[in-house]
Amino acid sequence: MSLLEVENLVVEFQTASGPFRAVNGVSLKVNEGEVLAIVGESGSGKSVSMLAAMGLLPWTAKVTADKLQFNGIDLLGMSSSERRRIVGKDIAMIFQEPIASLNPCFTVGFQIEEVLRLHLGLDKAARRARAIELFELVGIPNPAERLSHFPHQMSGGQCQRVMIAIALSCNPKLLIADEPTTALDVTIQKQILDLLMRLQAEHGMGMIIITHNMGVVAETADRVIVQYKGRKIEEADVLSLFESPRSAYTRALLSALPDNATGDRLPTIAEFLTDDQIFAGAVR
Amino acid sequence: MTPVLEARDIVRDYHVPGSLLKRARIVHAVKGVSFAVDQGKTLAIVGESGCGKSTLARIVTMIDPATSGEMLIDGERVDIASDGLTPEMRRKVQIVFQNPYGTLNPRKKIGDILSEPLIINTSMKADERRDMAMAMLKKVGLEEKHYGRYPHMFSGGQRQRVAIARALMLNPRLLVLDEPVSALDLSVQAQVLNLLADLQDEFQLTYVFISHDLSVVRYIADDVMVMYYGEAVEYGSRDEVFSDPKHSYTKTLFAATPRADVDSIKARLARKAA
Repeated sequence: MSLLEVENLVVEFQTASGPFRAVNGVSLKVNEGEVLAIVGESGSGKSVSMLAAMGLLPWTAKVTADKLQFNGIDLLGMSSSERRRIVGKDIAMIFQEPIASLNPCFTVGFQIEEVLRLHLGLDKAARRARAIELFELVGIPNPAERLSHFPHQMSGGQCQRVMIAIALSCNPKLLIADEPTTALDVTIQKQILDLLMRLQAEHGMGMIIITHNMGVVAETADRVIVQYKGRKIEEADVLSLFESPRSAYTRALLSALPDNATGDRLPTIAEFLTDDQIFAGAVR
Repeated sequence: MTPVLEARDIVRDYHVPGSLLKRARIVHAVKGVSFAVDQGKTLAIVGESGCGKSTLARIVTMIDPATSGEMLIDGERVDIASDGLTPEMRRKVQIVFQNPYGTLNPRKKIGDILSEPLIINTSMKADERRDMAMAMLKKVGLEEKHYGRYPHMFSGGQRQRVAIARALMLNPRLLVLDEPVSALDLSVQAQVLNLLADLQDEFQLTYVFISHDLSVVRYIADDVMVMYYGEAVEYGSRDEVFSDPKHSYTKTLFAATPRADVDSIKARLARKAA
């Protein structure tokens, strides 16, 4: 059985000029122990579809799907309080801006212990012990001392480690990482990606990495979904996507990488593909 | 031929004032960096956040003075700390910043944004300024109808084109590009990089290109300088630096850059299966 199963997900926002479809009929599955990468440019609906699965979108968003199941449980039908028991515990998420996603008014220790109290109901001593254990796991030096620090006292890379520790605190079955390294330097990016992949392998978690960086996809994913303007354009395992991309859009995306530049000019997508041509190859 | 830009032993210190409980201290942001760029060439400066690359960009653009060291533009010594900045010098060097959403005044029309450098630095008449702005819009791949629009009506890539057009209005010799494509999507990034290459050919522009993205640097640079904690740890031609990095930090940087080629994916999958 798949961990997360989404069929025909549609997310609409009401705007002044009528409804806007941010996600248009996306289906996906993630199995236990599998790493799925969702790639796309800004506006491709890659973050919105995952926020919809987490139930984190504002009430203005209209979410419909034929199927939205986590571990065999229907997520759409449940009340928001039931859902909150799953979200943050069994499905955890890491966001792009580590410094912005931590609360600046509380110590990082308070923020990680809050999760442990709400979801696991541990007592004070057990929470502190577990928090120190988690900080060690994600490679934060002097964990006991670090617990009393505020986010602004830590670097971006350290804050992202705290976010990962919080996400992992309840041993989630599925971890969704939304551009986990975009705001970080390359050497720090390498450390964080290595850490995520190590933890994923050790815990056998299912994982979804949302990114626009083809290098990150190549370094992490088992399977890849390419999205464009809210639609799924291609789904393939990572090797065949890079070796023999089926859709014209993926080919264009790969050839726009400066790594693959042949000659003086980079091929650009708009120069030789229209929206219709891109969608013609779309898969469901 | 004299290089367009030559820097000798540039140092920049920042004084952090103390308080009742803290002692004043000095941050050495740039610790003695030297380089030279010839006309029509691109020097790329690579490094992580906090390595002093943007401080160096501000010094080269004559926004901040250097604490010590010499900077020569077209063989002429520049010292804005003692001599101030003349319109002639300002015309020679222009800068494009990273975030095109933050660098364009949202209350001004594109035409006014493009004309402003001319109003400040030249004595051109209004209709001349207008003609020049129109011509520049076309050069950077926009249209005349965009003249009267506001920045919020443009996409990120188009805004970066406007920022580049504004920098070119004074016909500069040297363009400092501070992470010009890192806020853009992959396909838009390719368009802007192509535009920069075309403009360089057309105007024989000299670029100082600041970036942390090695794949972009490899594509656009002639010379590469790697900075680490305010020092230039590696400086040489692109091929030298990429094929034979000398400093351990450069090697770390190369090793950390994710690779998007089939061979490295195969190697990773093999490691995972084992």
